[in-house]
Amino acid sequence: MMTALSPTTLAWAASDTWVVARRHLMRLLRRPDELLGTLLIPVMAVVMFGFVFGEALGAGMAMSGSDYRAYLLPGLFTLSMAFGIGTTTMSVATDMRSGVVDRMRTLPLWPVAMLAGRSLADVLTALVELAILLPLGMLAGWRPDGNAMTVAAAIGLLVLLRLALSWTGILLGLLVSGPEAAMKYFALVFPLAMVADTIVPTTLMPSWLTVLAQWNPLSATVNATRGLFATSAGSADSWVSQHAELLAIAWPVGITVVGLMLALFRLRQLSR
Amino acid sequence: MSTDVQPAILLEGVSKRYRGRGAVLDGLDLVVGPGTVHGLLGPNGAGKTTTVRILTTLLRFDAGSAWVAGRDVVKDPIGVRARIGVAGQFTTVDELLSGRENLELFARLHHLPPKTARLRATDLLERFDLAPAADRPVRGYSGGMRRRLDLAVSLIRNPQVLFLDEPTTGLDPRSRLEVWNSVRELASSGTTVLLTTQYLEEADRLCQRISMIDHGRVVAEGCSAELKLYVGRTRAEISVPEGRDLLGAAHRVAMNVGSMPELDADARTLSVAMNGEAQILEQLAGALRELGLTTEELALRRPDLDDVFLHVTGRTTQGQRER
Ligand SMILES: Nc1ncnc2c1ncn2[C@@H]1O[C@H](COP(=O)(O)OP(=O)(O)OP(=O)(O)O)[C@@H](O)[C@H]1O
Ligand SMILES: [Mg+2]
Repeated sequence: MMTALSPTTLAWAASDTWVVARRHLMRLLRRPDELLGTLLIPVMAVVMFGFVFGEALGAGMAMSGSDYRAYLLPGLFTLSMAFGIGTTTMSVATDMRSGVVDRMRTLPLWPVAMLAGRSLADVLTALVELAILLPLGMLAGWRPDGNAMTVAAAIGLLVLLRLALSWTGILLGLLVSGPEAAMKYFALVFPLAMVADTIVPTTLMPSWLTVLAQWNPLSATVNATRGLFATSAGSADSWVSQHAELLAIAWPVGITVVGLMLALFRLRQLSR
Repeated sequence: MSTDVQPAILLEGVSKRYRGRGAVLDGLDLVVGPGTVHGLLGPNGAGKTTTVRILTTLLRFDAGSAWVAGRDVVKDPIGVRARIGVAGQFTTVDELLSGRENLELFARLHHLPPKTARLRATDLLERFDLAPAADRPVRGYSGGMRRRLDLAVSLIRNPQVLFLDEPTTGLDPRSRLEVWNSVRELASSGTTVLLTTQYLEEADRLCQRISMIDHGRVVAEGCSAELKLYVGRTRAEISVPEGRDLLGAAHRVAMNVGSMPELDADARTLSVAMNGEAQILEQLAGALRELGLTTEELALRRPDLDDVFLHVTGRTTQGQRER
């Protein structure tokens, strides 16, 4: 238990958030296949992009296949953070449909806690995902060359991105008509995840797309983590990529704040 | 409020329209005394769930005012939430968690400390006969068990006012009886219950007072006996077999009884209001003999709430689904 119960509102809020988060984690433990399913995407991406297309993609960037894989993996860590948005959206849409959200709204509960609990569960899940993916990456030939501090900072940035996308997913889950619709929108994650420095450098994309891709929040996280893991300098030739670390903090923080506010607004709107 | 006994629920002229629709509630008034079981009875789309959602702080309304347990639903939703229990039209327990985990989860969200939450969960599992299944995932529960768990969840904090939206819809007769018993037990311990139902029998059996609503308005209100007065007394009913002249039979009955019976061509029945005089039965028996029918075809029918509903709205509660 995170809090000894004290009468202060803050303690209630923390306790509520933790109780809600624990529910989501328990649900996840009851369906470990779902966590495996989420991990399948980055793992398959290592196989497909790293090994199947690795030589070809590396050649396009004047790299060997193994150099390309070292370049690729921080991109896939980021990509895996992005794909978590699907789980979040589905979960919130399912709770909306089943009436769990309504039931919680009839409890004397801090409304933010209901959503923040989901987001806390996402962050904790992201840490588990990374704890599995990083060693897998090392099996594929990637090495974090930085020191413990920079590696921790990189992991921090990845989780921060997950937090931002968690709030985006919560907002989407509150907006879509149901879990079926959430499934259909999932395809939108692909451009978000791939029109960025994740798989191939944005400089190799058509020029009109380059600008968009460089400003993609994921690019900031990818480039910043590549820098912190110090595996590859990345393509530091534009303002955006030179300020990747700043943006890798600013983007997620901004998205989290906006997402949280819109989600709360939406929650209040439910009573119209 | 000026009365010395504060109503547990008070709705005054509450109107609600959803975006792009006509009025769903149209000046609804409702007073529910503390400690009573009050039935909200109406067909699909009458506005029952809308009323419950308003009273449980889930839905805003356009006009009128609403109080629950002496608190204004709009001005003090938190105060209301701390005093109510809600079991919605559809059960909202978590399928993946066990019954115990569900109860502990909601107990914690009701701000019970962990140890108290555990004890409370065990208590409620016992009370609702769920102890043997307590640690199994709810996914494997029967419909009746889910309902009981849902009811148990809504009782975690000993609510002053309990809202049950169609608590027995979709249950088999045995599970229905179990839910009814739970409601009676609660009522006897002083909890106020507002219960919505489409089943007239349910309202008849459980509720001290009944409000019939239709198109978002109360069309009749009272205890079950009072409502039955709307449609009058017991009636004697004769079924005329297929192939016999219904109108001819009606005239024969009229000659014996002294007034034309009410005629239902679809059901092929003739019915006569009983005014308590025993001779009507004799007269009817005479008519039956003359028609060559046996007393098998004669039945006494007490009016039920179905008749009241038909009488007040001109429609039965069945037969019309969505509007
Ligand atoms: N969110 C909504 N948006 C628009 N219309 C709605 C909404 N919820 C309910 N309605 C409409 O309001 C009317 C009353 O609905 P309500 O759910 O209160 O009826 P009910 O008496 O509970 O019916 P049932 O017996 O089917 O549960 C219906 O015509 C319904 O279609
Ligand atoms: Mg309803």
